Amino acid sequence: MTTSGLAHRVTRTAILLALMLFAIVPLLSMFTTALAAPGSTPQGLSWPSDPHWHNFVDAWSAANLIALFRSSALIVLGVVPATVAMATAAGYALAQLNVPFGRAIYGLLLVGLTLPFEALITPLYYDLRSMGLLGTRLAIVLPLIGLLMPFGVFWMRAHFLGVEPALTEAAKVDGATTWQTFRRIHLPLATSAWSALSVLFFLASWNQYLLPLVLVDDPTKRTVAGGLGAFQGQYGTDTVLLCAGSLLIILPSLVIFLIFQRNFVKALMQGAVK
Amino acid sequence: MYAAFVLLPMLQSVQYSFYDWDGVGPATPAGLENWKAIFTQPELLQSVVHAFVLVFFYTVLPVGLGLVAASFIRELKPGAFSTTARIVLFVPQVLPLVAAGIAWTWMYSSDGLVNQVLRAVGLDRYTRAWLGDFTFALPAVGVIGVWVMLGFCTVLLLAGIGKIDPALYEAARLDGAGRISEFVAVTLPGLRRELVVCTTFTIIAALASFDVVQIATQGGPGYQTMVPGVQIYRLTFLQQHISQASALSVFLAALVLLVIWPIQRLGRQQ
Repeated sequence: MTTSGLAHRVTRTAILLALMLFAIVPLLSMFTTALAAPGSTPQGLSWPSDPHWHNFVDAWSAANLIALFRSSALIVLGVVPATVAMATAAGYALAQLNVPFGRAIYGLLLVGLTLPFEALITPLYYDLRSMGLLGTRLAIVLPLIGLLMPFGVFWMRAHFLGVEPALTEAAKVDGATTWQTFRRIHLPLATSAWSALSVLFFLASWNQYLLPLVLVDDPTKRTVAGGLGAFQGQYGTDTVLLCAGSLLIILPSLVIFLIFQRNFVKALMQGAVK
Repeated sequence: MYAAFVLLPMLQSVQYSFYDWDGVGPATPAGLENWKAIFTQPELLQSVVHAFVLVFFYTVLPVGLGLVAASFIRELKPGAFSTTARIVLFVPQVLPLVAAGIAWTWMYSSDGLVNQVLRAVGLDRYTRAWLGDFTFALPAVGVIGVWVMLGFCTVLLLAGIGKIDPALYEAARLDGAGRISEFVAVTLPGLRRELVVCTTFTIIAALASFDVVQIATQGGPGYQTMVPGVQIYRLTFLQQHISQASALSVFLAALVLLVIWPIQRLGRQQ
């Protein structure tokens, strides 16, 4: 081991540790704060002498978390299966079948990929109002399906482009219809692609803030992120309770990520660079 | 679905932008008034400028630091440390941006960690309520962007590095390349596509930022951290100036396309 090699290793470890610290410290600070005496303003990062674990229970009921989680689950159930199913079908059609105007449709979808949500929020508000959906969970679910569609189609098309055309040919020779080929051969092969998409869309719906903020007044009918925003407005002054509540609310995202982390990161990279 | 909830509203935005409408009364044609305002009203123009300042924090810093982190992690033997580094760095990316806003509002507050550290090292005179400070509010919001985006860039770039043929690194080694020239000659060109994806994703996030700013500062103090996303929200839902909000929306969408297009082209030339 040369000296410069050793120096490099030390610097490397130090820089990586610093970056990891940067990523984790805001959450640690929230955690220690959440344990301080309710109503107090503790210092940024200090372990309280007598941790108030009860704060989490208080925040649980103050934020009405059961209603909030239930609402978010309903929204996720409304968005994710529908979006993944449609995106899979559309991605397959655009990649493997000769759809009329396929290129034009794909082009239109690509534009949507870069479209910021804010650019649509104003007309969406008035459209949903005239449909009488304002304030209902459908007002979040329907636009979200539309907004996630470009990415979903893009993702699934990339997957289906990578499938051997010979597979489809072979199925055709065996007398399978287009639908059978899709259902029996391509769908099972695409499992990793659409399951990764499901996790991504779960996080996207769960974490969606702008749509619920604008389209639904009642925080208990919003997504978790939307409810978190309302909670902040309500308990903005009580730092301790706010930190405890925020931690409870982000816990499901964290757990989902840690469970799927291996597949998730792998899929993210495969999909994103295609 | 896509047509009803994305394409149609987009066209409506374009339409609204040429009218004068408060959302209730009748709309009157306004010609290019709303469009002219974007370039003449300082608080609108400023919000667009701020969005580009945020590109530095959301894109340039995370991609740069992500490159450093990814190439360092690559040199590590696969094991507990490299796995932990990857997971820990990625955590901020999966949380709602609202949570990032809340966590950092607390970090920056007068009793928060940032000031606590400054006091601990004897720099008391530099402590301040960062998000309420006219000079520092925008960079402070920017740092939140670095926090959120860094993990995404690192993980994606790390994946890209993993796909580079190891023979290329050996060839560079044999040619006597140092770490830096190896990085420039092998790693950077090998990461072209991943860099394009990172840049595209983070630029969109910067130009269309809403959640973090709305939670942390609501655009304040004054208009110091106002971004188009928050401005559109305020114009529509607080000031009932629908047509102005629509013009800004269309402008924002066009801006994003305009910036993303050349980057995508760059990525396609192989």
